[in-house]
Amino acid sequence: MSEIALQWKGVTLAFGEAAPVLQAANLRVAAHEFLCIVGPTGCGKSTLLNLAAGLLAPSAGLIEVFGKPLAGINRRAGYLFQGDALLPWRNARENVAAGLIFHGRPRAIARAEADEWLGRVGLSAAAERYPHQLSGGMKKRVALAQMLALKPEILLMDEPFSALDVQTRSLMENELLALWSAKRRAVVFITHDLEEAIALGDRVVVMSAGPASRPVGEFVIDLPRPRDVAEIRMTPAFVDLHREIWQLLKGEVQKAYAAGVEART
Amino acid sequence: MKLFIARAGLLLALLALWYGLTEHGLLPPFFFGRPQLVGEVLVRWIGSGMIFRHLGVTLLETTLAFVIGIALGVSSGLWLGLSPRVAALLDPFIKACNAMPRVVLAPIFATWFGLGIASKVALGITLVFFVVFFNVYQGVKDVNPLLVANARMLGATPRALVRHVYWPSAMSWVFSSLHTAVGMAFVGAVVGEYLGSAQGVGYLILQAEGSFDINAVFAGIVILTVCALALDAMVTLAEQRFLKWRPGSAGANT
Repeated sequence: MSEIALQWKGVTLAFGEAAPVLQAANLRVAAHEFLCIVGPTGCGKSTLLNLAAGLLAPSAGLIEVFGKPLAGINRRAGYLFQGDALLPWRNARENVAAGLIFHGRPRAIARAEADEWLGRVGLSAAAERYPHQLSGGMKKRVALAQMLALKPEILLMDEPFSALDVQTRSLMENELLALWSAKRRAVVFITHDLEEAIALGDRVVVMSAGPASRPVGEFVIDLPRPRDVAEIRMTPAFVDLHREIWQLLKGEVQKAYAAGVEART
Repeated sequence: MKLFIARAGLLLALLALWYGLTEHGLLPPFFFGRPQLVGEVLVRWIGSGMIFRHLGVTLLETTLAFVIGIALGVSSGLWLGLSPRVAALLDPFIKACNAMPRVVLAPIFATWFGLGIASKVALGITLVFFVVFFNVYQGVKDVNPLLVANARMLGATPRALVRHVYWPSAMSWVFSSLHTAVGMAFVGAVVGEYLGSAQGVGYLILQAEGSFDINAVFAGIVILTVCALALDAMVTLAEQRFLKWRPGSAGANT
């Protein structure tokens, strides 16, 4: 296995007396690997990511980034959030430039770099627009450019495309794969959509139903690259993988559902 | 345009009603004045230029109260919004100060600062401060945590967070409070003058009232209303200039 970019070592996260969100979770991501994490609702997938980002600190255990224990914000990672995290008072260009300015780049240079990145995600024409003037897909592209402009070695993505319509979503997935293939970095991609996970990932990890969830299974996705996310779903190899992983995931989803019903009655 | 004509028509109709009722003795002109006499007073005040001296004083007081009140309100709001422990300590005191009807402070300010401009500005500041303060405080506390998390991931230091996330977020709240704040500053100036002064529009109204010149009282009210509308329009202009990123604002339509 190549260099480990990110590793969760026996990570537990609990708030107060309540049952822990995560319990002794172990997981590792290689430096050029695209890892997808699937699991039922409320299984702490986002928590796993927030821990890796340094936005949360584990109650027990350790996060390692390229072999060094993480304290505070993970400076080698970029984070693509599920919700809309663009600054509403900055236009697309200024949003992408923001991270560069935070890193001490002079304004003019930051803007030029931002324009370059907007071009790469196909949004050159929309540089002057404010977030509320952009569609959901365009906002995601700006956020993607904002993150990639800082050239992070680890990309953390929390269901980034879940709010998009199906067509836009396939487009964005293909674009993400193209950008990633051009320069391979460690990716941790959270999704509740197993098909998306298989279409994108090198490896799919299934999380157990919460609380006290942890990874319960992992599957290597040996589908050839480059992939087209819409077409690959039709191949027999994809269908076989889907069946195999779904066997495990189904059980966890049912557990989560049963717990949800119990909690409500 | 149609709407404009309808509005002008409504205004004329109201004036005509006022004229008709007072002209034919249905309402006593002594208490209700007469529109044509109010107009005469206005022409006299403006023609002699006498009104401008008083109006200048009132507007100066308003502007000073507005600017100082906003500066204090914004800085305290940012400070308390970012320091929850200080906010928890001061919370009951702030609530008490806000609950107090602050117009009653006017006599105290008059004894402290005299009958000149300073006492009116002080009254205006106490009115403006709380409007702005509460909006900024709330604005800072209600900043979308996702924006903060994203900015931190993009490498923002605590200082950069204040400057690029908390501050602009609070500014949008400040602007929504400015319409109220400018009105408050105006109220502070006029009420202060009314309670004791030697110049200003509030003083003019007080003088007219003392000599039972109800038409001059109405003329003073007309002047104040026109000025308040003009101030409000200026705030709207500033808002369109600075909040063009906001959905639905005039500069944002594409």
